[in-house]
Amino acid sequence: MILSRRSIILSGITVAAAGTLPRFAYAAAGTPKRLVFIIQRGAADGLAIVAPTGDPAFAAARRTLADETAGGAKLGGMFTLHPALATTAGLYTGKQAHFAHAVATGYRDRSHFDGQNMLEGGGSRPYGRDTGWVGRLLTLLPAAERDAIAIAPAVPLALRGTVQVGTYAPSRLPQADADLIARLTALYQDDPLLHPLWDSAVKTQELASDIGGNNGRNGADLGKLAASLMLPADGARVMMIETGGWDTHSGQRGRLAAQLRGLDQLVGALQTGLGPAWKDTLVIVATEFGRTVEVNGTGGTDHGTASTAMLLGGGLNEGGRVSADWPGLGTAARYEGRDLKPTRSLESVIAGAVAHHYAIDPKRVMKTLYPDT
Amino acid sequence: MATQYLAANRFGLGRRFDDPAIDDPKAWLTRQIGDYDPAPAALAGLAGRDAIAAAYVEYQGERQAMRREAADMPMNAEEKGMDPELRRMLRSAIRRHYVDASAARLSAAVATSTPFPERLVHFWANHFAVSADKQTVVGFAGNYENEAIRPHVMGKFSDLLISAAHHPAMLLYLDQAQSFGPDSPFATRVRNRGKRQAPGLNENLAREILELHTLGVRTGYTQSDVTAFAKALTGLTVAGLGRGAGQRLMPADARPGETVFIDRLHQPGAQTILGKRYDDAGARQAEAVLRDLAVHPATAKHIAAKLARHFTGDEPPAGLVDRLSADFLKTGGDLRSLYRTLIASPEPWAATPAMFKSPWDWTVSMLRALKAPALGERQNIAAMFTQLGQPVWRPGSPAGYDDKVATWAGSAALMQRVELASRIAGRIGDRADARVLAPLVLADALTPETRQAIARADSPGQGIAMLFASPAFLRR
Repeated sequence: MILSRRSIILSGITVAAAGTLPRFAYAAAGTPKRLVFIIQRGAADGLAIVAPTGDPAFAAARRTLADETAGGAKLGGMFTLHPALATTAGLYTGKQAHFAHAVATGYRDRSHFDGQNMLEGGGSRPYGRDTGWVGRLLTLLPAAERDAIAIAPAVPLALRGTVQVGTYAPSRLPQADADLIARLTALYQDDPLLHPLWDSAVKTQELASDIGGNNGRNGADLGKLAASLMLPADGARVMMIETGGWDTHSGQRGRLAAQLRGLDQLVGALQTGLGPAWKDTLVIVATEFGRTVEVNGTGGTDHGTASTAMLLGGGLNEGGRVSADWPGLGTAARYEGRDLKPTRSLESVIAGAVAHHYAIDPKRVMKTLYPDT
Repeated sequence: MATQYLAANRFGLGRRFDDPAIDDPKAWLTRQIGDYDPAPAALAGLAGRDAIAAAYVEYQGERQAMRREAADMPMNAEEKGMDPELRRMLRSAIRRHYVDASAARLSAAVATSTPFPERLVHFWANHFAVSADKQTVVGFAGNYENEAIRPHVMGKFSDLLISAAHHPAMLLYLDQAQSFGPDSPFATRVRNRGKRQAPGLNENLAREILELHTLGVRTGYTQSDVTAFAKALTGLTVAGLGRGAGQRLMPADARPGETVFIDRLHQPGAQTILGKRYDDAGARQAEAVLRDLAVHPATAKHIAAKLARHFTGDEPPAGLVDRLSADFLKTGGDLRSLYRTLIASPEPWAATPAMFKSPWDWTVSMLRALKAPALGERQNIAAMFTQLGQPVWRPGSPAGYDDKVATWAGSAALMQRVELASRIAGRIGDRADARVLAPLVLADALTPETRQAIARADSPGQGIAMLFASPAFLRR
């Protein structure tokens, strides 16, 4: 029998299968600090997640998507949080969420592959580093806080380095994610053999493995699993969670809402699951680049440049704030006339948050995480 | 015409990440006929026939001892028979040979620099199929391919046929090891004693050689041909492993697992098969029949049609079948000549129709494309192919796996491939770049649609999954 990730999680892995989870051998945690890096693979649209509804050029540029965030929480006069992020909005009110806007890595082209490599590797050019910023961060942490794990079948670049890192993939053959399935549906469209086969395969497949599926509950399951791996005294202290499905070239309204609902529930389940440990937990949510200011012809947005990053947790420096050196959305203010212009480096946002969280000298953190800057 | 793609995929096992570009596809394939190594390094560490047979002998010995014990003392029902723990252990020793050989087969296919002959090894092993769902075949299946098939795929069809028919895996699979001449000295003695039913003929191997390995079904042979051939084959058995009274007649120096011919089990007298009389010459009688069957016009046609289908599609073009068949007859079944004719023919170089890769071919081609190890260290290879619907050496019938598009192109099977591609892509992540790999492995068959779909993937991993699930990669 092939166990899908979903069936394992729903069968209560957090309790029943805890004995089979990776073990981390050390006595007691020196401090209870925990770090979670959630990568949004596919370029998440920062302009829809934390929408600059107060920018005079916003409504005209976003046309049909201008009301995407209607009903969302107001973050000051300028920004509106996507309504699917209800739990996150609550965190913001409690000063446990911070959004850094108009941020980007040093990468200025628009390839997912290269952009994710820069975001994870922390180099100054794609494929410039073969270890990742989280992996290098581990060398700064006390031995008791170095236990890191990725919920992934293999160690992602961000976690690679000199410190051994665990991985945990809940299923032997994970179900293909909804985004991959959608892309293959397009690729098989004109194939007389594959089109009908795939059509029937997809109909019988319960799409459940990505965070957006199942009305967000998949995200909650993932968050619950993540918390169960991090809560125990001998559990992981650093974790990376991979999320896909953010590449919303078409039909962005529904797809992004589903993705964000999943992310929101993931964060909620993480907070609930960690309980008192939440106050010493930092969650960083970041994507490789943003999306175009203008809506395209298929109700979506194309690859852009700057986006937004989220910092969540119980001990933030500047919770309940959107930080941005806002460049504006007018055509002249945009990067290359089309994208949100980056006015702050994502690297500095990440390094700053990490330095505060672990109380390590910011310069040392910057030099270790991003040695090329 | 996508000749580079077809050379690498239809004729080969997919391009390796480190293979140079195929400049002259036909010359590339022809060269491999000469470069073929029947004993590749990946297979070097496998247990030999002796060790495999020893595992069976131990298993059978324990089972018999338990039976005797059970007969001597009255026991509870649940205590009868062999200790389940011991049985499991001994079975697992047998199974280990199968699991090891399956993994080695995969390593050989992934590593080979002569993928065309390697494909032919797989083709012929499937043509002369044994199936590991029979317990006696499990341990020997890999040895069968490596020792009975591999040495002869570049030789004469007759030698390949004789070699396959004489390997213990085949003799055990198709019951030849228990087939005795009804009038053999041994059977006659048993009958004269009148104590129990005399051992007799089993036609299984004779029938399948005619129907599957040589002439082909409904080609004019009759039941009396089958019976006569079965009688000619008697005497051929396996030392130390076969069941029944015949084991007592084994020569003292015969090692368990060895193929032996025992005169006292052989049906005396001449046999007439397909209108030709074969005098009784002991073991030579059956061999003479096999040599004639190997060059029969019906065999030529049967082999030509199977080979043509394998390298074109469900309905092999008649021109190609006729050409291969004529070549086979002209050379007396010289397989190298047959392969050269295949390479030189235009039909296999047509883009359509195309074959759908079997799970085996598809997995091998994925692993060849990737430099980084795509499977976990402890991945059970045999279990993976069972999950994909094509257990290694276990087609479930002596006919082997059917070689048609519909055999492998199913909707659940397709989803399973996408899932495995997705998992492998997850393991590989950014250690391979599908944008670079795609033009390498799909060569001149890379379509703008696939290229674009890969370039637009939302992550390096998704790009790899898209490549392995692309229409051209699924086919060959």
